[in-house]
Amino acid sequence: MSALAPERIEERLRVRFPDASIRRQTGDAVRDFTLYVPAERLVEIATFLRDDPELDFALLSWIAGVDYLPRDPRFEVVYGLLSLGRNARVHLKVTLEEQNPRVPSVTGVWPTADWHERETYDFYGIEFTGHPGLTRILLPEDWVGWPLRKDSPLGYEEVAFTHNTPGRLVPDPKLKKLAPKKVRYRAH
Amino acid sequence: MTLNMGPQHPSTHGVLRVVLELDGETVVEARPIIGYLHTGMEKQAEYKTYTQSIPQTDRMDYLAPMSNNLALCLAAEKLLGIEAPARAQAIRVLLTELTRISAHCVWLGTHALDIGAMTVFFYCFREREKVLSIYEHVCGARMTASYIRVGGLAMDLPAGFLDRCQKFVDEMPKHVDEYEKLLTKNPIWLARTQGVAPLPAKEAIALGATGPVLRGSGVEWDLRKAQPYCDYDEYDFVVPVGKNGDAYDRYQVRVQELRQSTRIAGQAIRRIRDLGGEKGEYRLRDYKYVLPPKEEVKTSMEALIHHFKIVAHGFFPPVGEAYQAVEAPKGELGFYFVSDGTPRPWRMKVRSPSFVHLQALPAMIRGRLVADVITAIGSIDIVLGEVDR
Repeated sequence: MSALAPERIEERLRVRFPDASIRRQTGDAVRDFTLYVPAERLVEIATFLRDDPELDFALLSWIAGVDYLPRDPRFEVVYGLLSLGRNARVHLKVTLEEQNPRVPSVTGVWPTADWHERETYDFYGIEFTGHPGLTRILLPEDWVGWPLRKDSPLGYEEVAFTHNTPGRLVPDPKLKKLAPKKVRYRAH
Repeated sequence: MTLNMGPQHPSTHGVLRVVLELDGETVVEARPIIGYLHTGMEKQAEYKTYTQSIPQTDRMDYLAPMSNNLALCLAAEKLLGIEAPARAQAIRVLLTELTRISAHCVWLGTHALDIGAMTVFFYCFREREKVLSIYEHVCGARMTASYIRVGGLAMDLPAGFLDRCQKFVDEMPKHVDEYEKLLTKNPIWLARTQGVAPLPAKEAIALGATGPVLRGSGVEWDLRKAQPYCDYDEYDFVVPVGKNGDAYDRYQVRVQELRQSTRIAGQAIRRIRDLGGEKGEYRLRDYKYVLPPKEEVKTSMEALIHHFKIVAHGFFPPVGEAYQAVEAPKGELGFYFVSDGTPRPWRMKVRSPSFVHLQALPAMIRGRLVADVITAIGSIDIVLGEVDR
């Protein structure tokens, strides 16, 4: 098992897709090798990464959405790929606009993407076109909103008091106060 | 016929619902429905510091709290660019391997119980109880450990801890023999597991399987060997691999892992003894990220300031992102952090093995008998706390 240098992945992709804008994410604390790929070429690139014998990214480990509000483009979808044969990891990223965020589904490339994409849809409202059954997965079907978006509040249930709950039963002040029960202690 | 299994079914190992389309006794299609235990941990993490998220992880795979703590801490350490001292790493290895033993014990006990072998359950829970007592000894909690922290551990080892672990490690191989005596050649066990819920290697990889499920299908892949963390490359152990990818092979892999984990734990104890025994370096002395020792806080002004700063608002990681995975008892458990430079993560993503493995359930049981559904669910070893997060 020979380890695969991450630069080699980028090189292979550039040779295969010379017209696609593939950009490496830079930054001091970007600890994993991350490539930005155009959303419309994602499926092609994913298929190549999976099938190329030198790359062999047969396993899709995870998919995550990220909301960068107020940045434009607002959303990113991150794909964590793992090559068992070459013992390498690479992250693919696509950026999406705030209006109608949509990205082609990779369920045809990696069947495991099914639930990951549903989860991302559930949390962010990102649409994966071509997904066989894009429905909510962790939240109830009738949930309104996309909870992991940054403009969605953490949420809590308001405690019901008389001042914020109209029609709440108010105890009649004329009623006698409940006196504490008298307890008699016995000496043992 | 459509049959609803769960959400309250004793063999679904939590609050799992599976909608089964049946033709007689044959499963035509299965649809797992999840989310009953969803608590929004990923959302909550965005409102907490990295350290405050550690207790959350205890509640994910509640059978393996230490592994979850470790995954979060390693991801945060990768983001910060720091590494815990060697002795702390050895203690982490010891505790996570004990965790693997206890998690596999629970798995084996409940899996056998589902299929009808009741005795194994009592045997396994006896050993699990010992591991829980070891947890209690080291950090005071039996299940919600939160013992592993960013940069090291919450506190140093208590007196008598290593002897206690050594005793457990010495006894464990004998107990594994007991389990194997009850099951490995038991004709009923063989009939219920051999050839049941098969997952060929290619399909397992396509479905994203990791850990014992992938190894049961014959793929030798263990993050401890392939992408070592916590100095795992310095330990001597074998990665057990199955052949056919059926429930029996997954059983074999996990039982052999019980033996291997015992071996690793023994080596970790020796390492800890070489590195100072029960007293020594247990967390990094970089007080920008890690709390200074309590004795110093009481005597040094600077230590007090560091303590106050970290407790009051947490540490500041650089702007960036990091993903780190560990070989948890159930498979690849990873944390993905996106940091915007503030003490709270901008995004925390949990890659949990149970979530991915549960997706493979329909592929395992399509065209098989209803009774095999129970075996399949048991053999992939899911914890719903981790599926739903």
